[in-house]
Amino acid sequence: MIFDLADILPALPEMILATLALVLVLVAAYGGEGAENAKRVTRIALGGIVLALILIWSGTAADQTAFGGMFKADSFAIYMKILVLLGTFGALYMSITPLAKDDINKPEFALLVILALVGMMLMISANDLMSLYMAVELQSLPLYVVAAMRTNSLRSSEAGLKYFLLGALSSGMLLYGASLVYGFAGTTSFSGIAAAVSADQLPVAFIVGMVFMVSGIAFKISAAPFHMWTPDVYEGSPSPVTALFAIAPKVAAMALMMRLTYGAFGAIEVEWSQVLVALSIASMVVGALGAIMQRDIKRMMAYSSIAHMGYALAGLAAGSHQGALGVMIYMTGYIFMGAGSFSIILLMRRDGQSATRIADLQGLSRTHPMLALGLMIMMFSMAGIPPLAGFFGKWYVFLATVNAGLVPLAVIGVVMSVVGAFYYLRIIKIMYFEETDDPLDTDMPTANKMVLGVSIGVILLFFLGLSPLLEAANVAATALMTQL
Amino acid sequence: MIDNWPILSIVTFLPLAGVLFLLLIKGDEKALAQNSRFVAMWVSGFTFLVSLPLLIGFDSSLTGYQFEEKGVWLAGTGIGYHMGVDGISMPFVLLSTLLTPLSILASWRAITHRVREYMIAFLVLETMMIGMFVSLDMLMFYLFFEAVLIPMFLIIGIWGGPRRVYAAFKFFLYTLLGSVLMLVCMLAMYIDAGTTDIPALTAHQFAEPMQTWLFLGFLASFAVKVPMWPVHTWLPDAHVEAPTAGSMILAGVLLKMGGYGFLRFSLPMFPLASEFFAPLIFTLSIIAVIYTSLVALAQSDMKKMIAYSSVAHMGFVTIGIFTMTEQGIAGAMFQMISHGLVSAALFFSVGVVYDRLHTREISAYGGVAAVMPRYAVFFMFMMLASVGLPGTSGFVGEMLVLVGAWHASSWVAFFTATGLVLGATYMLWLYRRVMFGAIVNDQVKAMEPMQMREFSIFLPLTFLVLLFGVYPMALLDVMAVSIQFVLDGLSASGLSLLAAN
Repeated sequence: MIFDLADILPALPEMILATLALVLVLVAAYGGEGAENAKRVTRIALGGIVLALILIWSGTAADQTAFGGMFKADSFAIYMKILVLLGTFGALYMSITPLAKDDINKPEFALLVILALVGMMLMISANDLMSLYMAVELQSLPLYVVAAMRTNSLRSSEAGLKYFLLGALSSGMLLYGASLVYGFAGTTSFSGIAAAVSADQLPVAFIVGMVFMVSGIAFKISAAPFHMWTPDVYEGSPSPVTALFAIAPKVAAMALMMRLTYGAFGAIEVEWSQVLVALSIASMVVGALGAIMQRDIKRMMAYSSIAHMGYALAGLAAGSHQGALGVMIYMTGYIFMGAGSFSIILLMRRDGQSATRIADLQGLSRTHPMLALGLMIMMFSMAGIPPLAGFFGKWYVFLATVNAGLVPLAVIGVVMSVVGAFYYLRIIKIMYFEETDDPLDTDMPTANKMVLGVSIGVILLFFLGLSPLLEAANVAATALMTQL
Repeated sequence: MIDNWPILSIVTFLPLAGVLFLLLIKGDEKALAQNSRFVAMWVSGFTFLVSLPLLIGFDSSLTGYQFEEKGVWLAGTGIGYHMGVDGISMPFVLLSTLLTPLSILASWRAITHRVREYMIAFLVLETMMIGMFVSLDMLMFYLFFEAVLIPMFLIIGIWGGPRRVYAAFKFFLYTLLGSVLMLVCMLAMYIDAGTTDIPALTAHQFAEPMQTWLFLGFLASFAVKVPMWPVHTWLPDAHVEAPTAGSMILAGVLLKMGGYGFLRFSLPMFPLASEFFAPLIFTLSIIAVIYTSLVALAQSDMKKMIAYSSVAHMGFVTIGIFTMTEQGIAGAMFQMISHGLVSAALFFSVGVVYDRLHTREISAYGGVAAVMPRYAVFFMFMMLASVGLPGTSGFVGEMLVLVGAWHASSWVAFFTATGLVLGATYMLWLYRRVMFGAIVNDQVKAMEPMQMREFSIFLPLTFLVLLFGVYPMALLDVMAVSIQFVLDGLSASGLSLLAAN
């Protein structure tokens, strides 16, 4: 197969990042041993992400396909890729110092993150079952490795192994579903699949295939009941890795879910909508109730992210333009809430050791007023209290849900958000209503300050930028609806 | 020239400017605390002054909203920046701007740790309260309505009493649960009407079955805020644990958010459902009036007693609103303003002796009148206003509500009147036990007399209670046209229903 330039250009940012990953292999191998080299690799990786961000931001919004229709670049892809790139940049940027402190700042980390990032971007642009599967695997494999990066820790190895086993299972489900879908549609391209089925002439096995595929992706976004790996992996992985997991891959997997349901399965919305409603309710309930009992803040964040995915899926279940728009607004707020929260969690150390129990936050408002204020804003936003970003996400998601006639889903959602508010408030209580005489370390790297500052700004002033954001999301949602 | 100023925006966001200023000041802990107090005092005082043109420039003969401001927020989606006041919201704005500086003054000595954060919370709270009353966009209303929870949660939780954590959580979660159900209804309304503009929604006719659901959703939120029986249980806890100033604002302004919501949303937008559910509201309110009065009678904690009396008084408000008569609604409005002033003063009265004796147990007091005679006078005046003595604002409100209730049903009026008797009983009994009798507690003897600062908090409240008591038209005139507008809307919907049948 011969590529011509027009076939490659839409995927230029991905190409650059993939090439960068190869260059980084060389730098990592020949750049010398030790921490300095790891830092160098990370800096180059960050530069690559910025370059990709600039390219995507300034790129054309017109629909383009590449590689024989397997790759799709449209305004939806632009919107989601910007989120993924921002999230990955934040997570990688603030990982430098914490990794060094844990003495696991290996050059492989940034390199693997870049590879996963290419996978995530390909997921967003996937337009064919083949590219879909390859993208998912490219995203997953590096993440399995980084989860187990702290080789001298049993928990980290356990987290990596667990993630790998369950991830492999989900890939199997995805692949099996894809094979069924291919079997009945006779093609792997999304537009071909969409053309091959219609609602009144629908083989049961096709629906089974669809359910398997949706379940496989539900695993990646950790929607209940495919969430079991999340708390363990979040807790066991080194904190900077957890931060990465919590932010970027969720956005990519959500984008893939949207592409698949709105695109390939667009004609059978009635069928997948039910599946998503079930996933959404289960996630909201499991996330809200599961988080209450947690003592480790990373575990709590795991359940919190399960609940957040439940809310986003509620918008998706509406199956409308409005629903897609709601999910995009929600995910925008989500990456900043995640980045802001983890920028603080990464700083939770006592006597040089990472201290991630919730109780370690005791009296933070006295010892670290700015961190406490920042975390409080993140918690209120996640609880969906206006006028913060989390509220607007919920507003647009539930707007679509109610509009689609799924009022009970919306009611369950808002009631669960009250349950959720309980554990977010608990964090605030521990920071503000309690005192401590054993404060956390005060060392604050610039990177974390920057990420926290930007996140606070975005979340506090979300309502000011909402109008242009809505416009962009609107264009992106239109592109998604008309992607075929 | 001054006509063109966005005066509502200025009043709303001025306290936030104060917050920025507070964040910038530096110094050692003592200087910081003192400077924070002064900054908060000046900013809130200035906000009050800036809000006065609303009163002076208000034309009470006009229907509709005044000082309106419209701006683009989310273009093309029917959601915009819209502010304005009418005869119903304007008094509440002034109540908020008046009570905030008074509460800050009331916490001058009582709050000694984390003073800057405390003042920030209060100024943020002021912005949220004012914003809620002046918003003419439903989404904006909701933003302010719910954002109030954040500063109040912190005020109770950080500067509250021994069970503050429990009280703060209960307050927050109770209110949030009500609010989110209202949120779902707001979404449905937005979808149905295509806009969140409150005047446009008032003109929009919602289908009858939909009105029922919307009414119930809004009721879930407002009933918790008011609070109505049986969802009032957060209130005694929150009041008892909150610092004095927190209680003043909570009783003075935050409870009015529910009553205001009924008048701004439920009655004008869901007239049919309002009529349908009025008997339910009457029943709940009558239970509230009688039951909470009896509960108040049994309290040994002063603050808790006044908290329960608040629930009873707010029962009058909901009865008045749902009589859907001119007297009833005017009475309810009057009662809300009057209760805002009186209950703030009563909670402050408790705070005055609490600052000296550090207990709120009624049995620890007795004979205070002998030690603090001037204080006894103020307390008595406020207590009598709360009971509804003619010549005080409390009388006018309760009287009008009773007249309205009589129009609706003589039984409602009968039971409501029972509450008046019970109210007099527990208040007078409280006063006797605290103020008169022999001094049994030696600490009471050592109590210092009232300070100038405390005097200056009582003075404006007393003046207003007296003014509205002897010249109620000062307030009634302002509200009359807006209330008539609400009533016209109700009868118009009744007529259209008749025509449809």
